Amino acid sequence: MLRDITLGQYYQTESVIHKLDPRVKLIATICFIISLFVVKSWIGYAVAAVFLAVVIRLSHVPFKYMVKGMRAIVFIMLITVVFNLFLTPGEVLVTVWKIKITREGLQQAVTMAVRLSFLIVGSSVMTLTTTPNSLTDAMEKLMKPLKVFKVPVHEVAMMMSIALRFIPILLEETDKIMKAQIARGADFESGNLIKKAKAMVPLLVPLFISAFRRANDLAMAMEARCYRGGEHRTKMKPLKYAARDRMAYGVLAAYFAVCIVIRIYL
Amino acid sequence: MSIILDHVNYVYGGDTALAVHALKDINLVIPDGQFIGLIGHTGSGKSTLVQHLNGLIKPTGGSIYFNGEDIHADDYDKKKLRSKVGLVFQYPEHQLFEIDVFSDVCFGPRNLGLSRQETELRAYAALKQVGLEDEYFYQSPFDLSGGQKRRVAIAGVLAMKPDILVLDEPTAGLDPKGRDEILDQIAKLKEETGITVILVSHSMEDVAKYVERIIVMNQGAVMYDDVPREVFKHYRELEEVGLAAPQVTYIMQALHKNGMPVQTDVTTIAEAKDEILRVLDGQMRVTEQMQDLGAM
Amino acid sequence: MGIIKADKLVFEYIRRDEEGNVEGITRAVDEVDLDVQQGDFIAVLGHNGSGKSTLAKHINAILYPTEGTVWVDGMDTKDEKDLWNIRQEAGMVFQNPDNQIIGQVVEEDVGFGPENMGIPTEEIWARVEESLKAVGMYKYRKFSPNKLSGGQKQRVSIAGVIAMHPKCIILDEPTAMLDPNGRKEVVRAVRALNDVEGITVLLITHYMEEIIHADKVFVMDKGRIAMQGTPREIFSRVEHLKHLRLDVPQVTLLAHELKKSGVGLPDGILTVEELTQELMRLYHV
Repeated sequence: MLRDITLGQYYQTESVIHKLDPRVKLIATICFIISLFVVKSWIGYAVAAVFLAVVIRLSHVPFKYMVKGMRAIVFIMLITVVFNLFLTPGEVLVTVWKIKITREGLQQAVTMAVRLSFLIVGSSVMTLTTTPNSLTDAMEKLMKPLKVFKVPVHEVAMMMSIALRFIPILLEETDKIMKAQIARGADFESGNLIKKAKAMVPLLVPLFISAFRRANDLAMAMEARCYRGGEHRTKMKPLKYAARDRMAYGVLAAYFAVCIVIRIYL
Repeated sequence: MSIILDHVNYVYGGDTALAVHALKDINLVIPDGQFIGLIGHTGSGKSTLVQHLNGLIKPTGGSIYFNGEDIHADDYDKKKLRSKVGLVFQYPEHQLFEIDVFSDVCFGPRNLGLSRQETELRAYAALKQVGLEDEYFYQSPFDLSGGQKRRVAIAGVLAMKPDILVLDEPTAGLDPKGRDEILDQIAKLKEETGITVILVSHSMEDVAKYVERIIVMNQGAVMYDDVPREVFKHYRELEEVGLAAPQVTYIMQALHKNGMPVQTDVTTIAEAKDEILRVLDGQMRVTEQMQDLGAM
Repeated sequence: MGIIKADKLVFEYIRRDEEGNVEGITRAVDEVDLDVQQGDFIAVLGHNGSGKSTLAKHINAILYPTEGTVWVDGMDTKDEKDLWNIRQEAGMVFQNPDNQIIGQVVEEDVGFGPENMGIPTEEIWARVEESLKAVGMYKYRKFSPNKLSGGQKQRVSIAGVIAMHPKCIILDEPTAMLDPNGRKEVVRAVRALNDVEGITVLLITHYMEEIIHADKVFVMDKGRIAMQGTPREIFSRVEHLKHLRLDVPQVTLLAHELKKSGVGLPDGILTVEELTQELMRLYHV
């Protein structure tokens, strides 16, 4: 299941969205998420859906990749939906045994489901069309003012980018160690919580050792390639806004304005 | 005590266009006591195949029988199967986790629910079987050398007393001497206990000396399944799929092509040497006879 | 002076037990002298733990000598002011393909070194293109490294070093974790660098087949240089190699065995063609 997490998985193809400046995509994603909480009416969600659909279409990433990211949160989503559905007081619609479903509950549940799935798909669009490296570049650049407050912006960005690169490798490794211990009769599934936690030791110890070994190797490889922090560094792909980025900001502003208008007048 | 694979297929990636057909219609019988080499390059499906043998992966088509029983039947005891079909993964030392060597080897038998005494007896016997000296038993496994760590990891599986031992590239990353030592140890173990051994490797040269049967995998299918000398006859086809027969095969083929009447189906250096000497000696005798005739 | 020179290089490290008490001192490299000329292809052989990797790490100033001196292009590796110049001139490729690729996309990884050196953007792109072409990985420039085979990953790592325009490149067992195909790919790329670009190569390995084309071979054992010479000279001493935990290609071994049985073959046969030729000569006498 861990492998289904699409976050941090770049999908290689040519598209307008891929070519956009990562800063645009980062800000757009944040704006889109905020907009989901700004609008409250069905028209608002419809506008958000159209916006998202157009972006997905432009990104040339097959829709199933977006949905893949959802699989990981299906459980969280179900809980949210169930809680909202059954526990919201209000006008009763159906009563099954002791459980009441209210109009408000139904509304709340559907709203939450829509918001959550839009949120996940929206952020997937960003991670699928932006290499994690350029994403961290964008963060580094956007957070640059924080340097004044002695925040190690470059180092944090580098750490994030490395972490993202190693996620798939460590997931694969987890899978392998797990299988190897199962082959030695380990049981990761049955037993109570304490027993389960104890069963994790044969998985976690080798995993940590491997992670440390990799970290050590990587640090050495980086030093060997003249890495010495953010100073003196140039960029292979410096961030520069192009005409399409300014246009994208325009579209984004228009979308956001529409959302606010809908909130106020509809 | 045999494993039968009946039309085993394995597809992953769902029903989309990205689906990968990792195993294609595999039919194999692995009888008791054989020493088998499973050869294929990276991505040929050999690692996927061995994970089917102890039920870690469930085939998407076909069945696997161990001692006549379907291992994916609902009431089949998988844990027991895994103790009977011992699988040693690639770089097995990466799975060591206990504070000392002995405890680590005890992990397997303890999971089988054996008594403490039985567990320790088995761990001791297994460590002896892989040729590890007593002095290392209470050391941290992380302080050992690469070759020793690997022995400990193999012992960890042997301690479950499997009927079949499957080793996925047991020599990866070892130096030549370390490689020979591990392979010799496995051969000795096979000799002494009569256990079935499946050696997964991408090197024909390494396994040719030891095994009695070679299964060649390519693109998820069984390409050849025969005794080594028969398999090596297809050295050209093997080369096409990125594998190579042992260098001796090439030497014998080259000699034969140039007109030296050697048998080409040798598999080891010792055999090649005997064969070349036989032909050269014969030639010398003929030359001597001719010289004798000339003298007369 | 050659491009790499070591004079009585000694490296010792202190072993400590869990409480941090000193248990003993291990001499990983023991009085090694080395003199490598610009453009050479040097192979360093040795079993695991023979000190060959420790030696390699000195050339890139990752480790510093306990005694003796190492010079890279005339610069003393202990001299801190030259540190970055040394690391730029002596590039290094490591064993594990996964643990040395930093970038998420092939081209970004190759650009990492030049970025660190402060090369202007346009030149970085030119260098990335030229380096990826040199190892035959240009068409994979937009790929994620996770989608590549082991051999391809190592070629990307090599490109990442070439992009720094080094004078020499040190490869620390680059093929140890690869399958035979990957091994061939990498060795071919390394040879091309040496032949075409004239980059000095120091290849560390325990695979004998990979050193056949070297100009000079050093065999290490217990931190010392146990043997040195041309590949042919090294291969003619089969018994000694075996004693040093190394093995020889089957063809050399077979020639050696035949010779022991009285067949009149020359020493140090390296290829199938050579052995066939020699045996045919004997057969036709």
